Amino acid sequence: MAANLNVLTDKLNSIFTNQIVSLENTLSELTLVINAIDMLEILTRLRDDPDLCFEQMMDLCGVDYFTYGSDVCEGGAYLKSDFVPEAYPSRFAVVYHLLSITHNVRLRVRVFATDNDLPILGSVVNIWPCANWYEREAFDLYGIVFTGHPDLRRLLTDYGFVGNPFRKDFPLSGHVEMRYDPEQQRVIYQPVVIEPRELVPRIIRENNYGGVK
Amino acid sequence: MAEIKNYTMNFGPQHPSAHGVLRLVLELDGEVIERADPHIGLLHRGTEKLAEHKTYLQSLPYMDRLDYVSMMCNEHAYVMAIEKLLALEVPLRAQYIRVMFDEITRIMNHLLWLGAHALDIGAMTVFLYAFREREDLMDVYEAVSGARLHAAYYRPGGVYRDLPDSMPMYQASKVHNAKAVKKMNENREGSLLDFMEDFITRFPTCVDEYETLLTDNRIWKQRTVGIGVVTPERALALGFSGAMLRGSGIAWDLRKKQPYEVYNRLDFDIPVGVEGDCYDRYLVRVEEMRQSNRIIKQCISWLRQNPGPVIVNNFKVAPPNRESMKQNMEELIHHFKLFTEGMHIPSGEAYAAVEHPKGEFGIYIISDGANKPYRLKIRAPGFAHIAALDEMARGHMIADVVAIIGTQDIVFGEVDR
Repeated sequence: MAANLNVLTDKLNSIFTNQIVSLENTLSELTLVINAIDMLEILTRLRDDPDLCFEQMMDLCGVDYFTYGSDVCEGGAYLKSDFVPEAYPSRFAVVYHLLSITHNVRLRVRVFATDNDLPILGSVVNIWPCANWYEREAFDLYGIVFTGHPDLRRLLTDYGFVGNPFRKDFPLSGHVEMRYDPEQQRVIYQPVVIEPRELVPRIIRENNYGGVK
Repeated sequence: MAEIKNYTMNFGPQHPSAHGVLRLVLELDGEVIERADPHIGLLHRGTEKLAEHKTYLQSLPYMDRLDYVSMMCNEHAYVMAIEKLLALEVPLRAQYIRVMFDEITRIMNHLLWLGAHALDIGAMTVFLYAFREREDLMDVYEAVSGARLHAAYYRPGGVYRDLPDSMPMYQASKVHNAKAVKKMNENREGSLLDFMEDFITRFPTCVDEYETLLTDNRIWKQRTVGIGVVTPERALALGFSGAMLRGSGIAWDLRKKQPYEVYNRLDFDIPVGVEGDCYDRYLVRVEEMRQSNRIIKQCISWLRQNPGPVIVNNFKVAPPNRESMKQNMEELIHHFKLFTEGMHIPSGEAYAAVEHPKGEFGIYIISDGANKPYRLKIRAPGFAHIAALDEMARGHMIADVVAIIGTQDIVFGEVDR
């Protein structure tokens, strides 16, 4: 596996010389960061090039880097309105986990959406058909829009749900709750009555805290 | 000529063969499926979001509740991702115990799948046969962890405790007199390993029994042969894994190709299908049960000969033992800190995947150095499979949809997360 990764690193560097934002090998996993503008070209090449051959997309997930590295709690949620971590160029990213059966190697590709208010990325449904539902999930949970997706509907949340629940500014307890109303004799939605509470605070210690690597 | 219109039918969400809460909107031309639109998310509990608000140890029991028929395999991927980020070396005995329980879990999962799948398409007896053996494995789960289903037995750095020296026994009651109970307790006199040894010697015969009911059964073949055919190319493109991929003829198994724990020391084979239909996937899974039996046998003989620690001796990750915790200040502090603040994981990201009974089950953790994950993504095998239901069901009859849901081995705990 380790030898495969070194070979892959060299191949990626030679094929996508100036399109790579970064390429890191940490914990025996290779992470490739690319720009949204040439993502479709690179991802197609990753699948089709006989030296790369990533036939399978195992996973696609949205990430919200809004409060990355922050442990300041404001009103039950870890939010800093002006907090943008320097290591990350923008708030939303999509992470692809690719697997090459031919070469028995994995690759992680991360693409940042440039616009924080309306994150838009290209759809990879035409490259890996299984991306269909994964993109619907990322759209549902993070509000990331995939252009070129044939059927971008909500997937996991309730019919008529408002908001993107996995965003860091969406409270864990949500905004609405459901109950049966005996007078109207039907199920109604109402604002949540429970208070958000944090039993264990989120704490970031300095590096090597307590001698842990 | 009369105008012909397609008929739209709603299937589920409460339907006995929907394996939980699946709602399917089927567009029909007569009885033939033109389009199937699965609506999932009725069991969405937001596990990934919840995990962002819990310490690493607190979210471990959530993993049991994802795929609730193969509990320990889910935990396995989770603890492996944490161990990868911490660069932890797990004691060898713990690795063998994990592998043994992974395979016990695989048999449990396949037994439920076999029983439910057969029941869905009209064979009732198999269900009763399969659950007879499954009950013994549940007892093993209970003996080792205290819970029949939601075990929470694996921990970052090892397993919660060593294998017990005794098995729980039946008590005499109004239903069973002392003589009957003595017979029922016959194989429970020894340790857990003795009980498992007894199980693996009789299990191959049990698999033969299931096969006599199904493999050459004319009705079973009529319902499964040529149904839901997936070509190898499509299986790869649709993100299939596990038996769904192997049924289509691709010999891909993470236990062989990217071995984790001690799988590279064990001897077993990977069954592969030819046609890629429901019948081949049935054969693959039945053979997987036999292979799991082989793996368990090797684990038992190793575990008998090699006692040792089952969890790392690092109090930042694993709690100190009870006795020293009660006696020493240092250990008490470690115990307190571990169960209140929790462990800190260095910033970084890791993806760990295991060969789950249903396919590749992966956990992707992004950590920013806090005591809680920044982002936890669960790669559930069933999610990719159910997404392909439309393609697999097209052109088949309504009754075949049930066979296809069955062959995909769908469990909504993991699909909806």
